[in-house]
Amino acid sequence: MNSTTEAAPALPDADRVPAHAEGRVPGRGKGKPGKGKPGRATRSKPRDQHKQSFGSRLRRDKQMLLMMVPGIAFLLLFFYIPILGNVIAFQDYQPYLGIGDSMWVGWQNFVDLFANPDFLRAFWNTLYLAAWQLVFLFPVPLVLALIVDSLISTRVRRVFQSIAYLPHFLSWVLVIALFQQMLGGAGFINNSLRQFGLDPIPFMTNPDTFPVLVVVQMIWKDAGWAMIIFLAALASIDASLYEAAAADGAGRWRRMWHITLPGLRSVIVLLLILRIGDILSVGFEQFILQRDAVGAGAAEVLDTFTYYTGVVGGGWSSGAAAGLAKGVVSALLIYAANKLAHRFGEDGIFAKKVG
Amino acid sequence: MAITQSAGRILPGRKPKELNYNPKRPVWKERPSPLYQTIKTLVLVLFSASIIVPILLVVSTSLADKEQLAKAGGFVLWPERPTLEAYETIFNGPMVLNSLGVSAVVTIVGTILALFVTITMAYATSRPVLFGRPVVLAVLFTLLFAPGLIPSFLMIKELGLLDSLWSLILPGIFGAFNFVVMRSFFMNIPQELIESARIDGASDWTILWRIVMPLSKAVIAVVGLFYAVGFWNSFFNALLYINDHSKWPIQLLLRNFVVQGSGAADGLGISSVPPGQSIQMAVVVVALVPILMVYPFLQKHFTKGVLTGAVKG
Repeated sequence: MNSTTEAAPALPDADRVPAHAEGRVPGRGKGKPGKGKPGRATRSKPRDQHKQSFGSRLRRDKQMLLMMVPGIAFLLLFFYIPILGNVIAFQDYQPYLGIGDSMWVGWQNFVDLFANPDFLRAFWNTLYLAAWQLVFLFPVPLVLALIVDSLISTRVRRVFQSIAYLPHFLSWVLVIALFQQMLGGAGFINNSLRQFGLDPIPFMTNPDTFPVLVVVQMIWKDAGWAMIIFLAALASIDASLYEAAAADGAGRWRRMWHITLPGLRSVIVLLLILRIGDILSVGFEQFILQRDAVGAGAAEVLDTFTYYTGVVGGGWSSGAAAGLAKGVVSALLIYAANKLAHRFGEDGIFAKKVG
Repeated sequence: MAITQSAGRILPGRKPKELNYNPKRPVWKERPSPLYQTIKTLVLVLFSASIIVPILLVVSTSLADKEQLAKAGGFVLWPERPTLEAYETIFNGPMVLNSLGVSAVVTIVGTILALFVTITMAYATSRPVLFGRPVVLAVLFTLLFAPGLIPSFLMIKELGLLDSLWSLILPGIFGAFNFVVMRSFFMNIPQELIESARIDGASDWTILWRIVMPLSKAVIAVVGLFYAVGFWNSFFNALLYINDHSKWPIQLLLRNFVVQGSGAADGLGISSVPPGQSIQMAVVVVALVPILMVYPFLQKHFTKGVLTGAVKG
């Protein structure tokens, strides 16, 4: 689940490509030499697939099926079975009894949760921080990409990209450590302030400014990386459109409004949907690392609540209930966002058949 | 294009310098206004500086000697007399070396296993094969949801992997995103190659090993690096599953002694402490260096490997 969230910026198109590639008719492949003829349409198998019996296909594919075994085993062990494990949210789960013998309590865990002020605060914090992220975090990579795309010098471009992508590959622990060394109570900036006889500023420990800190950290770490997908989309906009518009007298801003932004529309919508589906995960490691410094009042989110209630506190069932509530709400959000995207005439994520 | 060229021919009378004429700028693009230019430069410079300065500061401070540190009040931007004292100190205690070892084992074993699982799965589903489609859908489904923290924890517990390094390796050996990248790369391999090998009697495993994999070196390198970086950086799994101090990976050590700052000296098993500041920084640098070392490779390949695989549509 970690690697999934990490690579999020490049996802949307990633799961659309197979659909594209497969939909390609043989004739279109010819335009791109060297790429071969991708897609199933060109393959010799599909036509006689209808004729072959299940048994003979099984025999033909047995090595391929064998290759799927490790992956399927992984999916079952670490994805599908744990999903079923969520039933303990409806139980009074006791580790020594196991799932089979623990008592069923129905919705009681959820009822208790929503009467629990700690949970409500975590819920509220999550929404609050998510809103901050959506408003202030989402546009930054887009703006950066527009700036980088407008650079004429390829060298400046390359240098900036090399620097901007780097923090994406640093762990959150490292990022927080670096921030602490810069902004912490004994950090570089506060040290310098003291030397000038000024009062230190509690950047890292002030609960009121915590959302700002979180968003700044996220921008620092991932804005550069998230820029990639916008850059790729910008590069795919036909330059002759700009040229024609300029010839017709459109200025810089008109060109951006009428060519650039429409050209980016589907990418923006896709990223937004994925972002919304992920929004309740606000950033787990980031919070768990800073919860002690800022206090649970500001830094407790649904994920940390799940962790501290379930794993640390031993309240397995309430932890699982909190986790499940979050999962269900996220799924609903994805669904709603996707519906909205369809309403705006975009593909969203489910429109194309995948696989 | 026509306009660009003809306009270029009209313009030569103007002197390039006076116009600040940049030959690379398309003619239809007006010169940016000074204000816009300034804002742009400022954004780029500040963003880059915010990334470079902290890293430089940490590396320099870890290398600085006592006198300079004391004079500068804790941080230096450039070590005047670089010394490896801090590193000698942390490597004299058992903890840092031990954690580095744990992280290295997890990263190496994890990456190899992850590549095996991802490559086989991606290849098996990259061609029209029985059950190929439902399996792909099942994988893509995992992109959208996570099973939840508590059930995952209970699973690891049921498997008896608590406090074992396998608990750091196994949950990370398959990433849906990497699978998608790998699979779309495999799907673009000319089908004729595979068919002809099959006619020659090669088994699917032979085809994968002798034909598909040699053609996919770039994407395998990228995906492998992604996995490796992921394993090296992962900290939360260790927090969840590992209690035994001798099995802490470097990230957990970093968290406990730098981020939480709980007594570096006794925790790291070090007797004498030179400046505490440089010790902390040295631990940060030790976790940072492997990433900086692979970063040039990552950067060289990821646009090629990932973007051709993923963004082409």
